[in-house]
Amino acid sequence: MIAAKRAADTLLLLIVMVLAWQALHQAVGATALPAPIPTFAYLAKFLPSARFGESAWATLVSFFYALLLSYAIGLAIGVWMGFHRLSGAVGEPILISLYTLPKVTLYPVVLLIFGLSVAGRVTFGAMHGVLPVALLTMNAIRNIPPVYLKSSQALHLSKWQVIATVLLPATLPEVVAGLRIGFTLTLLGVLLAEMFAAKHGLGSLIINAMQLLQGEEMVSVALVLFAFAALANALLLFIEHRLHRRV
Amino acid sequence: MTRVGWIRLIVIAAAVAALEAACRLGLIDHHVVIPPSEMAQALVRLLISGQDDGQIARTFGIVIVAIAISVAGGFALGVVIHALPRVRRALDPFFATYYAVPIFIFYPVLIVLFGLSVMPIVLMGVATAIVAMVIATLNGLDRVPRVLGKVARVHRMGAMATALRLKLPAAAPYLFTGVKLAVSYAFIGVIASEFILAPAGLGRVISDAYTDFNNPRMYALMLLLVIVATAVNMILHVFDQRWAQRRGIGKP
Repeated sequence: MIAAKRAADTLLLLIVMVLAWQALHQAVGATALPAPIPTFAYLAKFLPSARFGESAWATLVSFFYALLLSYAIGLAIGVWMGFHRLSGAVGEPILISLYTLPKVTLYPVVLLIFGLSVAGRVTFGAMHGVLPVALLTMNAIRNIPPVYLKSSQALHLSKWQVIATVLLPATLPEVVAGLRIGFTLTLLGVLLAEMFAAKHGLGSLIINAMQLLQGEEMVSVALVLFAFAALANALLLFIEHRLHRRV
Repeated sequence: MTRVGWIRLIVIAAAVAALEAACRLGLIDHHVVIPPSEMAQALVRLLISGQDDGQIARTFGIVIVAIAISVAGGFALGVVIHALPRVRRALDPFFATYYAVPIFIFYPVLIVLFGLSVMPIVLMGVATAIVAMVIATLNGLDRVPRVLGKVARVHRMGAMATALRLKLPAAAPYLFTGVKLAVSYAFIGVIASEFILAPAGLGRVISDAYTDFNNPRMYALMLLLVIVATAVNMILHVFDQRWAQRRGIGKP
């Protein structure tokens, strides 16, 4: 019942957004912003095309490696700073100020180091994703109630048993929250890198479409990315809520 | 300063020194990264010469305008949405997804709409910042203790007085969190937009300096942005801590 109501609300929201889009189109004209229906028609033709496939694949590959790096490095830093109190106390403010820094500023440095390669885009994506993963993992470990560890000592659990049956379940919901934000920001980083300077990927496709004044293609790519990000976020949010309820 | 503070300072100083040494010893090519001391020198020279003052003023001006619009507009929207539960429920999925979507993909759309001017950049700054303020306002209003409403009734306070003297102070810490987020998001929104495509501004100048291989200029302006962004965030953080302490929930 609640789920049905919520789905209805989401649907309502989408309808209102499409109507607002149509209204904006009427206000500014077709060259500036194409109408929804022609755009969806274009999207249907554009999605199976090879040009879209190549770009999407390029973005997906960069994003996959960037995400792998974000998660591996972020989790490693988070676990280390969570268990080692002093490192955590020293490092947390540094991580937070790096987190709030507009990292686009540093993209030219990445470009100078890696050139216009996949490695540069992967690095830049990972720069965005590492910090939230590290910060939330660290907090998750710090917030484990000490009584959990004491009771596992009282039960004479082995080290691996403690990890598998106490630490992992206790930290998982918050760690997954970190992974979700890391996912979002890594995607943002990869796309920004592609928009700033790249010959491949969906980000460069949008910029090209803008320069050629191909409104339909520009909005189509934006819609695809919007849908991808929103769906992935909803899925991870769902997992997160499930984990929270279980604890 | 505390012991942890000293260690932190030493860690940062060591990192900068290591970079300096690596550059001086030729481990890092001069065409890639210049030594931090040269970045600082270049920045000082740039600020004294005043050649980029216009660009600096432009970018920080846009950031300030975007922050002002986001904070005022976000607060107003938050108050309105809080008063309309039905609208709020419909908007919930929107708020949950908003920051998950890389909204910069809509920047080209704004450029086509408004042309290559200040307008799309301001809008991008507002778009990244305002929703954080709306969410913070909703949060703050949700957490106004019920008893305050009763106190107001007992004292026969008017709606205005209740809002200004009871609800606003009760929600203030959450509103401040919103302001803090809005400030750092506005910075990111404006500077990222300038990087991607803009007629002028610091982001544009840095990306031009990159294309021209003008490393001293590029690194000087990067340093400036990093210093300003970090300083602003630190000041806001200190205020936040003070407030929390005064209400007795902060770290001593």
